[in-house]
Amino acid sequence: MHELGVTFYVVRDVKKVAEENGIDRIDFVTLEIGEVSGVINEQLTDCWNWARKKEKVTENTELIIENLEAVSFCECCQREFGTIDYGKTCPYCGGGNTYLLRGNEFNIKEIGVYDNT
Amino acid sequence: MTILELKQNIFKENEVTADGIRKELKDKSKLMINVMSSPGSGKTTTLCRIIEALSGKYRVAVLECDIDASVDAETIAKNGGKAIQLHTGGMCHMDAAMTKQGLDALGIDDVDIIFIENVGNLVCPAEFDTGAHINLTILSVPEGDDKPAKYPLVYQVSDVVLFNKIDAMEVFDFDIELAKERILTLNSNALVFPVSAKNKEGFEPLISYIIKKCEEL
Repeated sequence: MHELGVTFYVVRDVKKVAEENGIDRIDFVTLEIGEVSGVINEQLTDCWNWARKKEKVTENTELIIENLEAVSFCECCQREFGTIDYGKTCPYCGGGNTYLLRGNEFNIKEIGVYDNT
Repeated sequence: MTILELKQNIFKENEVTADGIRKELKDKSKLMINVMSSPGSGKTTTLCRIIEALSGKYRVAVLECDIDASVDAETIAKNGGKAIQLHTGGMCHMDAAMTKQGLDALGIDDVDIIFIENVGNLVCPAEFDTGAHINLTILSVPEGDDKPAKYPLVYQVSDVVLFNKIDAMEVFDFDIELAKERILTLNSNALVFPVSAKNKEGFEPLISYIIKKCEEL
C-alpha cells in the first residue's frame, strides 16, 4: 500500500551508497521482500520505474525483486509452518499461540554495475 | 561486473532518526504522541477535547498531517493549540524525517506536549516509527468492531486505543467487548478507553494517563 513511500527510501539509500563508493551509475538493485511485508511486486516496480528517473545515478537502474517465504512458529508444539497457507493457526496442533519468524523483510540486498564494454 | 552487498533494512534509517527524535524530546521533557486512525474517526475533535482538558497545565501543539488542505490546523488553532499543517505530498503516512522537519518548522520551545495527527489511514502509518513516545489509535463506532481483525498492525503498535463516537452506539452494531478482546489478543498491553469527543465524555482516564506520562519523562 505504501509502495511509493518505500521506493523513495530505496532511491535515497542506493544513491547514498553510490556516492560513498564513487559510483555514478547503478545498473541494477536487488531487493529482498518478505511475503507478508505488505508490498506488491508489480506496484513496487511501477513506482520504481517512475521514481528512479528523479536521480541521475538511478535513472536506468533495473529493479530485481527476490521474495522471501513467510514462516510462523507455534509456541504450543514448537513447529514451523507457512504463514501464507495457514495464517495464525498452527496446522499441526490447531493452536493459536503463534508468531511470525520471518517474511516481513524489506531489504536492499545488493546493487550492481556492469563493466563498461 | 561490480556488486556491492548491502543487506540493508529499508526501515533502518527511519528507526535511527525516530530514536534520535524520541531521545531529544525526552531530554527536553517534552512528550510526543502519534495519533492514528481511519479518515473521519474524529482525530481532530478528539485532539480539541484533549487540548481543552490540558489547558492551563500543559502547552499543547499539533503537527497536522494530510495529503492536502489546512482545515485541521485551523480547527486546532481556534481551540487554543499551536498547530502547523504539513502536507505529505501524496505520501500515505508520516515518517521520522518528516516529523523532524515538522517539529523544526513548528518550534517546540514553548510547548510541553506535541501530538502528531497522522494521515487518516490504518495501514501505512503503523509501519513507520515517527519518534513519538506514545502511539494512540482511534477506532470510531461507525467503522465497526472488526477493524482490529482486518488491520492488526496499527493496534499491535498502539499503547492506547480510543473507541470514539460511543454516543452513536445505539445506531451501529458495535460490540465494545468484542472489539476490546480483539485488540487485547493482538496487544495485551494496550489501554482501551471508550470516549465521545462530541459529548466530551470518557476523557478522564486518558487525560490522567497523558499527565502521568508527562511526569515520568
